[in-house]
Amino acid sequence: MTALPLLNALDMARFVARGFLRFDGVVPADINTQFLAEAGEAPEPGAKLRQTYGRLLAGSGIPEVPPGVPLSAAYAQGSAIERLLDLPLVKGAIQSLVGPDPVFDHHFLHVTFPPAYYEAGGGENVSQHTHQDSTIDPQAGFDLQIMYYPHAVTRPMGGTRFVPGTHLRKVSEVALGRYQNIAGQQHMVCEAGTLLFLHNGIWHGGGVNHADRTRTMFKIRMNPSAPQVRRWDMATLPDASAQRPIFFVKSPRPETVESLLMTPEPWFEQDTGRLEYVNRIKLWRHLSGDPAFDADYWMSRLENPARA
Amino acid sequence: MRQKVLVLYLANSALDAPTVAWAVYDGTGETRPMAGDNDEAPYRTGVDALKDGWRLIQASQILPHSRGDEFDLAYLKYEFFFEKLVEMQP
Repeated sequence: MTALPLLNALDMARFVARGFLRFDGVVPADINTQFLAEAGEAPEPGAKLRQTYGRLLAGSGIPEVPPGVPLSAAYAQGSAIERLLDLPLVKGAIQSLVGPDPVFDHHFLHVTFPPAYYEAGGGENVSQHTHQDSTIDPQAGFDLQIMYYPHAVTRPMGGTRFVPGTHLRKVSEVALGRYQNIAGQQHMVCEAGTLLFLHNGIWHGGGVNHADRTRTMFKIRMNPSAPQVRRWDMATLPDASAQRPIFFVKSPRPETVESLLMTPEPWFEQDTGRLEYVNRIKLWRHLSGDPAFDADYWMSRLENPARA
Repeated sequence: MRQKVLVLYLANSALDAPTVAWAVYDGTGETRPMAGDNDEAPYRTGVDALKDGWRLIQASQILPHSRGDEFDLAYLKYEFFFEKLVEMQP
């Protein structure tokens, strides 16, 4: 039996710091083709969008699945999503992030319609407000959301917009909808077969589609069934080392877990950016099972027992 | 008369701090700003918006941190609302 390709320490640190991992073009073309056939074609423009969407979902070959079942039981053998979830890269990344035997939460076929549908059926063709999925989530662990792009996405098609590094903010769904644009936001322009693995807390929204075809993205949310501790390739975790020098630094440092966790995002406020570092360290402690881990002395200073 | 609203989120509480997020709402109906429509901030700082004729109408308060919640982060802190009033043809 071949060992799963688990995520290494640097990939995990990237996920902890930024809340996502992107894998471009990793799903084979035959699975993409099969998925689009199973998802079904959108009806022609003419009806109201709600009716059009309803018809699309009703005619889709993607199954209805109740939440709480094992992910491994959610999709029929040989279906496109079952084959996708069985790809070694996908299995390894899922195991690394949520551990073995994840639980199916929900899935959805996100279809964004081009202008012709609004011209024919009414409604306003606008982007989705930026939001965090589900509801306020104060827990230490997280759910994994996989966004699957079965066909190429161009910039005029909109793409999923997301803001790296926002996943540790405890907000209430679309309460942040006022923020139209955030420095560092990314738009998923990608080739067919691209996957985006997201922490459930990441701020995101669907982009407006100005192209001449529908845009399809399939999202699956899954929950851990056991603590998300040391599930990744622990052989790649460097031995705990002495703290690296901070502030007064004379030359660039190599990429390490610490350097990734201490990399700011363009939208960081100057003071709360430091709190983001603290919260990243806390998540790394949780995932690595190392309650003494620190980076750049942020926690050591705060937890100095002599000051208690 | 119609109102255009500009919302800037700055990197700290100073009006001359860098912009980190932004939004525009146009009461004239001439434009339709929306989420994700611009990856470049319209103004480098809040002061740059003042120089371009935007009137500051509200700034977020600087609030103390509740004990026990010091590390909880949620919404962007340094929010500044600006307006421009635009004459409309009857």
